Amino acid sequence: MAERQRSQVADVDRSLYDFTKSEEGSERLDAGLTPEIVREISERKDEPEWMLEHRLKSLEIYHQLDVPDWGPSIEGLDMDNIVTYVKPPTEQKSDWESVPDDIKDTFERLGIPQAERAYLAGVGAQYDSELVYHNIQESVADLGVVYSGIEEAMKEPKWEAIIREHFMHLITPDDHKFAALHGAVWSGGSFVYVPAGVKMDFPLQSYFRLNAKGAGQFEHTLIIVEDDADLHFIEGCSAPKYNVANLHAGAVELFVGKRAKLRYSTIENWSKNMYNLNTKRAIVDEDATIEWVSGSFGSHVGYLYPMSILKGARSNCDFTGITFSGATQNLDTGCKVVLNAPYTSAHIDSKGISKGGGTQTFRSSVVVTDKAEYSNVAVACASLMLDDISRSDTIPAMDVRAKHVNVGHEASIGRIGDDMLFYLMSRGVSEQEASTMIVNGFADPVSKELPLEYAVEMNNLIKLEMEGAIG
Amino acid sequence: MSEALLRVSGLAARAGEKQILHDIDLTVNRGEIHVLMGPNGAGKTTLGQVIMGSPSFTVDAGSIELDGADITSMEVDKRSRAGLFMSFQAPVEVPGVPINSFLRAIVAQHDNLNLKGKKFKQRIAHIAEQLDMPESVFTRELNVGFSGGERKKIEMMQLLLLQPKLAILDETDSGLDVDALNVVSRAIAVYREECDGTILIVTHNTRILEHLPVDRTHVMVKGTIVAEDDASLIAKIDAEGFEQFGYVADEEPAQEEPAMRDQEVGQFDVSAALASAEEAVRAAEEGE
Repeated sequence: MAERQRSQVADVDRSLYDFTKSEEGSERLDAGLTPEIVREISERKDEPEWMLEHRLKSLEIYHQLDVPDWGPSIEGLDMDNIVTYVKPPTEQKSDWESVPDDIKDTFERLGIPQAERAYLAGVGAQYDSELVYHNIQESVADLGVVYSGIEEAMKEPKWEAIIREHFMHLITPDDHKFAALHGAVWSGGSFVYVPAGVKMDFPLQSYFRLNAKGAGQFEHTLIIVEDDADLHFIEGCSAPKYNVANLHAGAVELFVGKRAKLRYSTIENWSKNMYNLNTKRAIVDEDATIEWVSGSFGSHVGYLYPMSILKGARSNCDFTGITFSGATQNLDTGCKVVLNAPYTSAHIDSKGISKGGGTQTFRSSVVVTDKAEYSNVAVACASLMLDDISRSDTIPAMDVRAKHVNVGHEASIGRIGDDMLFYLMSRGVSEQEASTMIVNGFADPVSKELPLEYAVEMNNLIKLEMEGAIG
Repeated sequence: MSEALLRVSGLAARAGEKQILHDIDLTVNRGEIHVLMGPNGAGKTTLGQVIMGSPSFTVDAGSIELDGADITSMEVDKRSRAGLFMSFQAPVEVPGVPINSFLRAIVAQHDNLNLKGKKFKQRIAHIAEQLDMPESVFTRELNVGFSGGERKKIEMMQLLLLQPKLAILDETDSGLDVDALNVVSRAIAVYREECDGTILIVTHNTRILEHLPVDRTHVMVKGTIVAEDDASLIAKIDAEGFEQFGYVADEEPAQEEPAMRDQEVGQFDVSAALASAEEAVRAAEEGE
């Protein structure tokens, strides 16, 4: 809060996210979904034959699967109007100066290159369908760490083999309709490989910006953390607001080796015309840990449930998430965990805030298979509704099939209490400031888990959302 | 010296449908110490809350003036900025809000304090010393998991930090807690010394008042002021209770103040509490 040192990412105002750049020079494919479009994307990328086959097969599956009927409505999303591929007018650079001015200006306003200089080991920036910038500190590259565009990595036979072995094996195209869509039209995203035993002191960060109107972004993030390695990966997303639907259907596949640790942090601030149908999944080996830190602020509709498969004995999953759903938003978030080995553990701590008629749903699924004896599960979710017209729901599901398992679940749904407001206001704080203080306090367990710059950004996002929240 | 700082005239208030305060007149002059006494459920805490502007109550009639300005329908935060302070008997927990951020935020609302940057830190450190608070407390979350004594310290710290014109101290059950009693006595002494503070103290425990130079005593029964006099009234209440004002114990529903149950009283060493409070008051007086 006020105590925190402000940094360049801190000075958030509405215009910071909500600006658009001309699409002049960008190449846009026709809207809609046909094998021709898919072939054209593949051709432009000059990718291996197996990938084209994967795309075409995914497209077939896409057409066979139904739109999910159990969550928020996505009727406003007409796939015939979504442009699946928009190539910005540049090739990928590793030298910031040669990125075109318009795009450079976008990321500079979002604080990306400054953040890289300040505390990151590597940065990637995607603009519409393609990466425009990717860079990794030399010292990190020397350790054998790979951080590059996934398509770029595929050009090297060694990485192509590894990518082929992992790509959409964790999230398969038949998982759900939008996974299939992703398989057909994916473009851009990052490939990260951390060799065995390498512990990264500084995070890597990818930032995704969707500028094109009525377009979709389908980036694929593939991260392999080998045995005994350690990585913190940060993902940020934003887009300007348009009056037509935009779609984000990315996929994140994480492979965490034995005794390894991966922390995956996300601050998602898509504009409020976005349908965010993202899929994230991790598979975790013996004694390894996956940590998810997730802040969801943007989007019109969101379906987001990072999933962890605890495959190895004594592996752990920690999930800390916050979702803020304002007017016109319906955000359905949570997480899934499968405990499939003995002595595994999962800790889920989720916060949800709704205001101005927004709907926020926490949905979780925890499956403890018969192999997961002596495991621990703790799920805690708390919701805060800021007014009478907003809605919060909690839908936790658990399926426990093993013996000797500790399972805990606690849920609470509340409003900002009049007594709390009265107390704070009686010391001279305005109602709006008091509410912001309470909400920031509520979100504190999540901001504590974020790097300082992101914690500040999150608090600023909350402040922004709270402005005008009080009639 | 007889200038009215607080003037409550003909005040009537209710919670929902339930009428609690009836035609209250109460005037506190600048620099004075007033006591509001009465049995459990008389409406004493409610009167403090209504003066502060609690949304739990509706004012049906009458007015509240602070330093000549009508504050009857003023927002709560503006009353604070106008120089009014009320300590809570049971302040709420505000999870995730560190005390130091909170104190900084409230100080920023009071322009007259001029406590920016380094000055703020010095001031906080000074008050912490006056109230014997460890520095570690400031990184804790506001009131979360605090003992009665710790909460009282945070309340009194804010009193000393904000230096209000008028402090309403709701001490309806402080008599039960050693630490709380001690802290309140010390804070009152400092508040009076540093800014010639004006106090309305709400209590039914006469012992807390023994070493205070009380100017006026008001007695409330069933939401009405039934007696008003100088400090001599305290001794009379001590000796004869509230029955002399027509109060019948059994009739009173305990509706706002926590009832003093025997087992609770048993948990505290009351005589030790009083001894330490007296000690504090003496120390403060000697300091003057």
